[in-house]
Amino acid sequence: MARRRSIVAMVTLAAIVLLTVTGLAVVADAVEENSAARGVPLPVIPRGQGENCVEDTDFMRRNHMTVLKHQRDETLLKGIRSKQHSLKECVSCHAVMGPDAIPVTAASPKHFCRSCHDYAAVNIDCFQCHASRPPLEVVVAGAGRE
Amino acid sequence: MSSKTDNPGGARGFDPGRRSFLGTAAAAAGVALAPGVFLYGVAASKPAIARELDVAASSAVRWGMLIDLNRCDSGCNECVSACAKENGLRGHGRPATDAQWIRKVDRHDPGTGLSQSLPMMCQHCAEPPCVDVCPTGASFKRADGIVLVDKHTCIGCRYCMLACPYKARSFIHEALEDQEPHAPRGKGTVESCTMCVHRIDDDRQPACVEACSDTGGGAMLFGDLNDPDSEISKRVAKYASQQIRADLGLDPGVRYRGL
Repeated sequence: MARRRSIVAMVTLAAIVLLTVTGLAVVADAVEENSAARGVPLPVIPRGQGENCVEDTDFMRRNHMTVLKHQRDETLLKGIRSKQHSLKECVSCHAVMGPDAIPVTAASPKHFCRSCHDYAAVNIDCFQCHASRPPLEVVVAGAGRE
Repeated sequence: MSSKTDNPGGARGFDPGRRSFLGTAAAAAGVALAPGVFLYGVAASKPAIARELDVAASSAVRWGMLIDLNRCDSGCNECVSACAKENGLRGHGRPATDAQWIRKVDRHDPGTGLSQSLPMMCQHCAEPPCVDVCPTGASFKRADGIVLVDKHTCIGCRYCMLACPYKARSFIHEALEDQEPHAPRGKGTVESCTMCVHRIDDDRQPACVEACSDTGGGAMLFGDLNDPDSEISKRVAKYASQQIRADLGLDPGVRYRGL
């Protein structure tokens, strides 16, 4: 008799534990869904000109800052002006046209660099000094490329 | 000294083959008006070997300028405006603090009544005091003698501005917009004449020199002081020229003729 009673108690306990876990999971799911709905929208990253970037996209996503920093020191200190990793080339190739058919500056959230940096909440200091859009003559020359 | 006078040909003596080659090369490069006198066009000719994009500046080269004050007119401002246009220098109408890379200085000698005008900019010293005093190493001299500011490391302390005897440097007080892509400039950093380093790396002349020969008096000559065959070296060797405040021993790369 005592044995049967303890079995019933164990089953009841198991059921309670199971229900609690399931319930918590449901609540957690609801919270997650909610934050995705309210959270920062994924960035719309404009495509650059040409077929592909100077490096793999995955590599550039993780390492563009290192690549740019290396190139900046090579250029400024030694006068090496190879175009592969130059900020000027990035800015030219990834220029985003504004409504007036003139490339937007980093002041616009549509700017290529800003689209991602806004999402990641990382400040870009480059454009305090560097031009964030190509010079107009380059824009005119490259107009037929699209 | 006496050995030189005794043996004018030097230890190696005279090489007729080399001399005739140089003569042909010079004739091909410019117009000889008289023996030893050439048109300025020779000066504008490009160096024989242009540097590749991925090759670093070399200390075999020392860029410099020779400015002929007899050709520099007091009313002419072409070099200053060309510099401002090239490097995107736009003032705020406040001359005391607006950035200034090159300026015209007028001098008058009351004794003789001689009035002269000269362009004054960074003199690109071989021993730059701005580099000596910089606490972060931002102020530096490139291998080819051009003195620059690495604005990534400049903290804007302005010590270099105090150290420079030529008042060549400016501090940027206000946030800037729409800088030229080849001349990044920003608030909180010090800057000065770069000798148009972006043009030099592209095998072109500095903007002021180009403007001076195009629309000014043709007073400015740019070239490699280390190359004995360059027009500037020949001219410096032939005619007397001075460095401003040569007594300081800084060995500026900018020299003036007729000062």
